[in-house]
Amino acid sequence: MSVILEARGLAKRFGERPAIEDVSFELHAGEVLAVVGESGSGKTTLLNCVSGRLRPDAGTVRFMTRHEGLKELYADLSEAERRFLARTDWGYVHQRPEEGLRMNVSAGANVGERLMALGERHYGRIRTAATDWLSRVEMDPERIDDSPRTFSGGMRQRLQIARNLVTDPRLVFMDEPTSGLDVSVQARLLDLLRSLTRALGLAAIVVTHDLAVARLLAQRMLVMKGGRIVEQGLTDQVLDDPQHPYTQLLVSSVLQP
Amino acid sequence: MRDERFNFAFLDERSKRMIRRALLKAIAIPGYQVPFGSREMPLPYGWGTGGIQVTASVIGPNDVLKVIDQGADDTVNAVNIRRFFQRTTGVAVTERAPEATLIQTRHRIPETPLHERQIIVYQVPVPEPLQRLEPREAETRRMHGLAEYGLMHVKLYEDIARYGHIATTYDYPVMVNGRYLTAPSPIPKFDNPKMNMNPALQLFGAGREKRIYAIPPYTRVESLAFEDHPFEVQRWDAACALCGSRESFLDEVVTDDRGGRLFMCSDTDYCAGRQAAKAAAA
Repeated sequence: MSVILEARGLAKRFGERPAIEDVSFELHAGEVLAVVGESGSGKTTLLNCVSGRLRPDAGTVRFMTRHEGLKELYADLSEAERRFLARTDWGYVHQRPEEGLRMNVSAGANVGERLMALGERHYGRIRTAATDWLSRVEMDPERIDDSPRTFSGGMRQRLQIARNLVTDPRLVFMDEPTSGLDVSVQARLLDLLRSLTRALGLAAIVVTHDLAVARLLAQRMLVMKGGRIVEQGLTDQVLDDPQHPYTQLLVSSVLQP
Repeated sequence: MRDERFNFAFLDERSKRMIRRALLKAIAIPGYQVPFGSREMPLPYGWGTGGIQVTASVIGPNDVLKVIDQGADDTVNAVNIRRFFQRTTGVAVTERAPEATLIQTRHRIPETPLHERQIIVYQVPVPEPLQRLEPREAETRRMHGLAEYGLMHVKLYEDIARYGHIATTYDYPVMVNGRYLTAPSPIPKFDNPKMNMNPALQLFGAGREKRIYAIPPYTRVESLAFEDHPFEVQRWDAACALCGSRESFLDEVVTDDRGGRLFMCSDTDYCAGRQAAKAAAA
C-alpha cells in the first residue's frame, strides 16, 4: 500500500514545555491509525501538526497529493494550498461538534459549505448532495432545513461527519470523535465510522483515550506518553500483548463491566 | 456663510491627508477594505461619520454638494449633513443629482445616471460582508486575502432553503472587479446593477469600523447568485403616484387609518424633475 502521510522527527514546544518530541510515523492509504494516551500526552498537538493547523518546531510532515506526489506541508505548500487541501482532500472531525459546525445555519448549508467553497453555484445540485449525505450518515433527510441546534449530540456528530465527507476526502483527522456521547450512541457512531471508512477507502488518524474505540476502528495504533511514542504496532498486537510498561498499565486500567 | 472658526471641512489638514492616502490605496485595490484612523466627529456613530470624513477629505471650494438620505434631500440626516458642510466649507449645494460634483448618500443611488465628473460617497455601517457569518476578523481578513468566498453563498443558500428565494433585499453582497467580496452599504439590491461599470468614482466610509473602500469608475461589480436562482431586483405592481414612474424604486406610504396607501419614488429629486417636465409639457 502507498504512503499517504509521513511524519518525521516532529517536535513542538509551548514555551519551555515540550508537547511532542521526535515523533515519526507513516500512514498508508485506506488505513486507520489510532493515537492513544492519557490527557496531556501530546495527542492533540500531534494531530494539529500533521493536519496543517500548527507548524511544528522541527521535523517534516509529507502528504501524498493527488497529482503532484509527496509534498511537505509547511515547506512546499503555501497557506492557500494547505487550506485548499483541508477543505477538499482532508476532513477534520472535532470532539465537540459545535466547533466543527456552523451552528447558525441549517444542516443542509453545513453539508453544502465545502461544495460552495469549491465553486459549486447550483442550488439544486448542492441540495441533492446534502440530502444524499444526510442519509448516508443515517440521518433523516427531512431534517435538512433544521438548525443543528435542534439536534442531539449524536446527530450533530453525524452531521459533522457528513459535512467533512461531502468532497470525497482521502484522509480524515478525528479528535476524540465519540467521547462526548453516551455509550449506546457511541456504539452506533463507531459502527457508522467503521463502515464509512471501509466503504470509501478512507485513511484516518483517530485520537482517542478510549482503547475500545481504537480496537474497533483502527488497524494500527500509536501509544503516546509525555510527548513521545512509546509503542506502535498492529492494534490487536499492542492491546493483547503490550510491551511497554505504560501500555501495560493502560490496558490493565480498562474497567470490565 | 462659512464659519471661519473651523478649518475648511472641519477636519484638520493632517487628518484629511491621512484619509486621502487611505482613499488612494482603496482606489488602487477595488473593493479592498483599507483601515484608517477614524476621527471623532460632532455626531454619533451610525449617522454617517465615515461618509462625512471621506467627503471632508475630498471636498474642495468649487464642489457642488448633494446629500441623500433614503433617496430624499429633506430628511433629518441629509439636512444636517448638508448644513454641516455649508457651515464648515461654504460650498454650493444642490438637490439636482446631475449638477452635483460630490454626492454623499445613505441607502440609495440616484435614479438619474451618474457621470464621469462625479464622486459618490456612501455611508457604511458594516463594511465586512462576512461578519455575520464569521465573527473573527482575523479569519475574515484571511478569507479576503485568499479569496475564499464560499461562505457568502452559504448565506444565500440559507435564504433559499428558508424562504424559497434569495431574501436578502439590501446590502446585497457584490464581487468587485472579480476579486474582492464587498458590502455595497445598505442600499436596496435594486441599486446594485447601477454600481456596475458606473462612470462615477464610488467611495465608501465606515466610521465606527474604521474602514474605507472604493469602486473606481468603470469597474465590474457583480451581485452574487446561484445558477438556478439568479440575481433579481425588486419590482412593483404600482407606478409612482406623483410622477407615474414605473422604473424607479418606490416607497409605500400609508395615507390614512382606513388602509389607504400609495407608492411614490424614493428619489425625491428624480420625482420632482419628472413632475416639472410633465407640468412644462402640459
